[in-house]
Amino acid sequence: MQDKGKKTKVRLLAVACAVAATLSLAACGDNVPQEANEASSAGKSKISGEFQGAGASSQQGAVEAWIAMYQRHNRDVKIAYNPTGSGAGISTFLTGATAWAATDAPLDAQAIEQSKSICAGGGSAFDVPVYVSGITVAYNLKGLSGQDKHLNMDPATIARIFDGKISSWDDPAIKEQNPKANLPAKPITVVHRSDKSGTTKNFLSYLKDTAGEDWPYEAGENWPNDVGQGSKGASGVASTVGQADGTIGYVDASKVGTLGTVSLKVGQAYVPYSPQAASTVVDSSKIGQEASGPGRLVIELDHGTQAANAYPLLLVSYDVACPAYQDADTARFIKSWLTYEVSRDGQQLVADNAGAVPLSAATRAKVMKSISLISVSSPSSQGQGK
Amino acid sequence: MREESDVTTEQLDQPVSGKRADAIFKGVAYACGIIILLALAAVTVFLLYRAWPIIAGDRQAKVETIESFTGGRAHNFLQFVGPLVFGTVLVAGLALLIAFFVAIGIALFITHYAPKSLASALNYIVDLLAAIPSVVYGLWGGIVLVPAIEPFWAFLAKYLGWIPIFAGPVANPARTVGTTAVVLAVMILPIITSMSRDIFAQTPRLYEEAALALGATKWEMVRLAVLPFGKSGVVSASMLGLGRALGETMAVLMILSPGLKYSVKLLQASQNQTIAANIAAQYPEANSQGVSALIGTGLVLFLITFLVNYLARRITRKQVAK
Repeated sequence: MQDKGKKTKVRLLAVACAVAATLSLAACGDNVPQEANEASSAGKSKISGEFQGAGASSQQGAVEAWIAMYQRHNRDVKIAYNPTGSGAGISTFLTGATAWAATDAPLDAQAIEQSKSICAGGGSAFDVPVYVSGITVAYNLKGLSGQDKHLNMDPATIARIFDGKISSWDDPAIKEQNPKANLPAKPITVVHRSDKSGTTKNFLSYLKDTAGEDWPYEAGENWPNDVGQGSKGASGVASTVGQADGTIGYVDASKVGTLGTVSLKVGQAYVPYSPQAASTVVDSSKIGQEASGPGRLVIELDHGTQAANAYPLLLVSYDVACPAYQDADTARFIKSWLTYEVSRDGQQLVADNAGAVPLSAATRAKVMKSISLISVSSPSSQGQGK
Repeated sequence: MREESDVTTEQLDQPVSGKRADAIFKGVAYACGIIILLALAAVTVFLLYRAWPIIAGDRQAKVETIESFTGGRAHNFLQFVGPLVFGTVLVAGLALLIAFFVAIGIALFITHYAPKSLASALNYIVDLLAAIPSVVYGLWGGIVLVPAIEPFWAFLAKYLGWIPIFAGPVANPARTVGTTAVVLAVMILPIITSMSRDIFAQTPRLYEEAALALGATKWEMVRLAVLPFGKSGVVSASMLGLGRALGETMAVLMILSPGLKYSVKLLQASQNQTIAANIAAQYPEANSQGVSALIGTGLVLFLITFLVNYLARRITRKQVAK
């Protein structure tokens, strides 16, 4: 009996030791970033700490490339990006839990209003384009598809295919535009996104702007009709298109792989996707007037452009940030992070690694003007000044 | 003297410590029992609380949310959740239908027909199948089965197309309710099999011998002694399998091309969607009102599972009473 009691005591002791050890280890874990922060505020020149962002999954590949390169140059910085989706990213940002958000859709008025409570000094958040990706209409058709193979289509034809009005590959509308192609009498299987997606919204607004009466639906993040099949994510659509003969779908350019792509009719010519052709459209598009608020830079894509060698089907993704932060380190980080993202190097990096369309010098200059609004002096001293 | 006293203290000691252990164990057991109730209550409260904006919130905002989810095809919550409920029950029911008979067959084979060495190998394989995560089934279904099963569906549609559920044209790639149900059936097969196997193995030897002694063949013995004995257990095994199929998310998400129709065309794409897969697909890009709409559909799924379990209980209770 007594022996047993002893054993229990020993065991209890062991458990207590284990718990204590875990707790002290956990405490150590907590201490690390704090010390790092103190060190940096003493040094002032180098940025350090852990910073978090969340948002659009479309940016994931790009942000990962940026993080890897940025951390190589700033060894004391740890960045985490959580691709939760645009909506969730903005919600998290508006709780103040993340330093920045990434979104495929510009902020709405309500989000701008809410952001005043989390940005220091009562300023409202702003959004700037950092990532542009082309959207391709990809197809799989034996003998006619493959890398660098193209079929010509005008917006009306694409709209009628995706609305189920054209259901066979040898339809006169397609034949007429592709006199050289030997089109089979195969049924067309349309593949679209089944998840909510900025890609869908951009594709739909392209059709709505260019196809006129042939596209009766409103632009939204979900697919509006029952034609064809839905698949999750850009890679899901790409793999579904690749799985069967006679399929067609819209896929982000970075995910298209070796599928054939459609050349869009712009003006009188057919333009295949290329980063340069997409970049032309970004430059010629207007800056949105609805986006009121300092620093906001919302691009209203000119889908109906008639310019030569312009590819108007693309996705512009934004970063959301505050003009001032409670924490001086965060402010300095965000300023240098955004600056890096839109720098020539940063844009070239994601063009190479994530298939993005690099922002042109003109657009980058506009974005830099917004980024320069971020105040890096500590807000407490500002408060004293007032 | 001394020794004696020692003995007596120990004798006295034992029942006391036994009592204390008894009390502690009782307390722990009670706590465990209450925890499950608390967890259930917490889930219900959470679902109701988070779904409240879509039940009682601003009408205009609700309509906008639902329209954004469905691309303008549904305008209120019932129009949205109705086809989802239909799709969930259809896919899960179909999976159960496919899996049930095969599972019973495997269980009977293992317990009554297979030679011992084969039976233990089969036992092992069944348990192994149960341990494969659903995302692996999803990948297998989406990448391997979808292209492979298309000719079979085309064959079915060609010769049985006059039956509405097999009506063509067959979707190619075959990302349809039919394919999804086949994958879900494979997923729930091991659950039903292993439970049924355990029940069948417990059939009293006397029943079986009595049946044989009366001149029954082996099949008649199984029908007269084993199946009636295992009935209630098999029903609850099926309900467990159905429960998994109802809530299965990843595999459905990766295979099924979703749609929002009250349709039983098993071989065409974009007909139905399940609640769980819909939540997983829509949640990442949903705003706060959208999240509450999705949680509302989650609440409905929760109620369906309750209903299924309740029905299963009633069926088994009736069987036992008989």
